[in-house]
Amino acid sequence: MTLQHYLIVSAILFVISMAGIFVNRRNVLVVLMSIELMLLAVNTNLIAFSKYLDDVQGQVFVFFILTVAAAEAAIGLAILVVLFRNKKTLETKEINELEG
Amino acid sequence: MFGWSELVPAFPEILVLSMACVVLLVGLFTDKKKGGFIVFLSVITMMFAAILTLKDHVAGVEFTKTVIFNGTFIRDEFGDMLKVVVYLLMISVFFYAKQYLRQHDNLQGEYFALLLFATLGIMVMISGHNFIALYLGLELLALSSYALVAYNRNDLNGNEAAMKYFILGALASGMLLYGMSLIYGAVGTLQINEISQAIAGQNNDMFLVLGLIFVIVGIGFKLGAAPFHMWVPDVYEGAPTATTLFIASAPKIAAFALAVRILGQSLDVLMIHWQSMLATLAIVSIIVGNLFALQQTNLKRLFAYSTISHIGFMLLGLVGGAEGIAASMFYIIVYTIMAVGGFGMIVLLSNKGMEADQIADFKGLNQRSGWYAFLMLLLVASMAGFPPLIGFFSKLYVLKAVIDQGHIILAAVAVIFAVIGAFYYLKIIKVMYFEESETDQAIDASFDVKTVLSINALAQLGLLVLLPVLFQYCIRVTGSL
Repeated sequence: MTLQHYLIVSAILFVISMAGIFVNRRNVLVVLMSIELMLLAVNTNLIAFSKYLDDVQGQVFVFFILTVAAAEAAIGLAILVVLFRNKKTLETKEINELEG
Repeated sequence: MFGWSELVPAFPEILVLSMACVVLLVGLFTDKKKGGFIVFLSVITMMFAAILTLKDHVAGVEFTKTVIFNGTFIRDEFGDMLKVVVYLLMISVFFYAKQYLRQHDNLQGEYFALLLFATLGIMVMISGHNFIALYLGLELLALSSYALVAYNRNDLNGNEAAMKYFILGALASGMLLYGMSLIYGAVGTLQINEISQAIAGQNNDMFLVLGLIFVIVGIGFKLGAAPFHMWVPDVYEGAPTATTLFIASAPKIAAFALAVRILGQSLDVLMIHWQSMLATLAIVSIIVGNLFALQQTNLKRLFAYSTISHIGFMLLGLVGGAEGIAASMFYIIVYTIMAVGGFGMIVLLSNKGMEADQIADFKGLNQRSGWYAFLMLLLVASMAGFPPLIGFFSKLYVLKAVIDQGHIILAAVAVIFAVIGAFYYLKIIKVMYFEESETDQAIDASFDVKTVLSINALAQLGLLVLLPVLFQYCIRVTGSL
């Protein structure tokens, strides 16, 4: 396992999460999951570099990203809940009041 | 190793953090219809933060930049100047928010606590000297803003705007982080000044350029520059007006500081690469912003597209070399003052159950109140860039810097589309002065809000006196980076 392998895995994760946001046109919940995946792709990248460079800063950054990701998920789900209460659906194509 | 004296340069941040917690607690015991004390606490916090920031800049004392917390936090003149502007903007945001929330009987401590936390995020972004600190400041600002947009729980538009803002904001953070991780991989450090030294020799490294692209996309999203502007009109329209005027003002300064810290300070060696990317973003933003604004009837949406074009001008400044960075700093400061005033006007004309967010709501404002029509005239004319208002000079400085660098075509396109943009600003002025009013309802606001709004709008004229001084300061602080 060399650095390249890890970088390729993280690039694939990143692309999957992008596809989840832009190509997936069905459910908002899937979009939230994709956002988490994107942060995990970044974490993989940072850890691989950190190990490769023998430098601890990258791993410290990962801890902060994990913490922020938790806070972000909390806020995202909170918004999702109020949206669902008013709208009674999470279909992406139904959420289109603001256009123009 | 760690001494208490290390904390001194971070006193303004510590103050804002403590006061945000105090406001959160006090808010629990406050009536939804009053809440004057919360506003008072928030305003006082900003004033004391301004004193703490400015006290090291009194005449006769030499100011030296200090880096603390193992190099993660920097206190320099550039940051201090932007922070003082942020304090002033936040004071007016607090007053307008008070007016708006009182109209809707929904004034709660959380709103002001969130605004203070967002301010803290902005301050950390301005002072961050390490990718971790910059990212944490950015997220603190972003997470508070998402909650502020969704503040009216039962408003469907607000919920939808918050969801869109959240998804695209998180996407932008992800892009920015991916770029940061690639840059980290290429240079092996997260420290702003060390990155600059490490890449001194190698400006064609694949990781570096790829990382730079991701970082620019992330910053473009955060600034709302076209083609990454999809969220801006929806969020501006859907959010409560008090939140819109916050999002339109102080976070733009933070995003500017982020761009300068990352691009100007750490990736300065890659300037040739990022200048061409920013020039593209700038021109696309100016074109898209002005053309789409023409067909809007909703004033909040119109201002959203006008924001996009103003951000384009600001990015154009970053292309113009050292003087250009000063010009775009001046531009963003002037623009945020205009924007906060423009939205403040919408808040002033709104009533319970009626948002004055259509252009038609400004019909015949001159008959209802000549003074407010005049203030709106000043703000809108300044946004359009009519001389002799301050908005004209901010555009002038940017264009001058760009032309000095030899980018004549860029400047020409910018000017042509700014002239097209003047059309929709003139439409607002026409509606105010030459059409009949549909209501004769008196404008109802407390004295302090009216005073703040008047000062805010008259600043478009008043700042002319300070114009050379202010621009000299911008040149000095960006030169000392």
